[in-house]
Amino acid sequence: MATFFGEVVVAPSRAGVDEEEEAREETPEDREIRRELEKKREIDVLWTLKSGASTESSADEPFVCSKFIVAIGHNAAAFLSSFILDSVCWEVVGVVKLWNEWCRTSNTTNVLPTDSFCLFYRLISDPTVLLCQCSCYVAEDQQFQWLEKVFGRMRREDLQVTILSTCPVADYKTQESTLTLPSPFLKALRTKEFREQVCCPLLEQPNIVRDLPAA
Amino acid sequence: MFVPCDRGGGSASSDFKGFTLLMPAVSVGNVGQLAIDLVISTLDMTKVGYFYTDCLVPMVGNNPYATGEENSVELSINAEVYSLPSKKLVVLQIRSPFIKNKYRTFCQTLLSWVKSSKCARVILLSSSHAYQRDDEQLLGTPLRYLLTPDLEKAVGGLIQELNWKEMEKVAAYPGINDTEKVLHVPGGGITKMLFTESCSKGVQMAVLLKFCSEGDNIPDAFALINYLNEWLQLIKSEVNTSSQWKIPSSWRLLFGNGLPPALF
Repeated sequence: MATFFGEVVVAPSRAGVDEEEEAREETPEDREIRRELEKKREIDVLWTLKSGASTESSADEPFVCSKFIVAIGHNAAAFLSSFILDSVCWEVVGVVKLWNEWCRTSNTTNVLPTDSFCLFYRLISDPTVLLCQCSCYVAEDQQFQWLEKVFGRMRREDLQVTILSTCPVADYKTQESTLTLPSPFLKALRTKEFREQVCCPLLEQPNIVRDLPAA
Repeated sequence: MFVPCDRGGGSASSDFKGFTLLMPAVSVGNVGQLAIDLVISTLDMTKVGYFYTDCLVPMVGNNPYATGEENSVELSINAEVYSLPSKKLVVLQIRSPFIKNKYRTFCQTLLSWVKSSKCARVILLSSSHAYQRDDEQLLGTPLRYLLTPDLEKAVGGLIQELNWKEMEKVAAYPGINDTEKVLHVPGGGITKMLFTESCSKGVQMAVLLKFCSEGDNIPDAFALINYLNEWLQLIKSEVNTSSQWKIPSSWRLLFGNGLPPALF
């Protein structure tokens, strides 16, 4: 498309269309580069067993889980740190190691609140209650992997999952302006299998949830 | 890939033998997706399942076709399937962009699902950048069609009667060699890839597309859906067909929230 100054530019599309790259056939070098990049972007979930030894996630038995609470983002993770987690009642049972353009996490479980990390905790008095604090950004192409590798280790019958997350008020779509909206406020989404009472109003159309909480 | 919903109908609700699969390409102006929204909303189609796929960016929200309190709390995700057995129509709606490098995987998985569920044909609604038109395409109708050879045999005659314009091929090396022509759908997302895969796999597929630009694409969606309606006759085509299509509740606030009164 030509701009006012006459130069021709490729107009970006809201639809996220990136056609030229996809249409091109892959050379062996391209394939190699793509494979290397995919390997670099792989997620490793390391679970700590009862004995304290770390192992890879693939070999072992799925563990029984009745409640799984996932806090995604700095605010939600901080909420859990401030009000729920402590070293007396909760123990670390797992960590996610990943890399993407926005952040890198390591497999250390000794983290500062300002670090990017993704840790799993278990309630000592009831080991079927699991908690996850994920303050790192999980990229689009890694979200599905995260899901499969984390939920793949759990027995999912009678599992109740609660996801805690935050969004900017400016992203909230409403008839009135968000300037005068009293914030912060809570909204929820629930599956039809969720039978209990939800503690806040449900998210109205046309608002949506994205990224890892959506996945 | 396809996960059926848990409804009373059981497997009957996911039997698509002989059905027409209508689906959008995620393309410029999201025109195909908007048009599909109009179909699902107007024909009050029932959700019969979804696609469990790693090819699309995840998203979730409440029912975008809600008409009142009672049906507004069903969750809706990025790739869902709706059906209307009375018209032998099954519709796939895609609500988020593709993840990089996943176009081909999605096209291949989709086509093998089309074959295994025995859909008779696929109609893809798409769009292409208006600014890439040549001088001739700037005149006349902005709507185009494409048919795979297998579908050409089946409905070629009907399309001729409708007086539609086929999407023109462009020179592979413009300016250098004008004889070698290729199909080029700029801004069409998976359109070209899905069409060429369908040709090679013997799938009966039609592509209906509109030239457009980013902006308020609601009129483009209406134009595309009326174009489709000339062929499929999903609703009665009267003089003012635009008013026959029902706009879903999720189309509210497409261009932002209300303004703060303090602004004035």
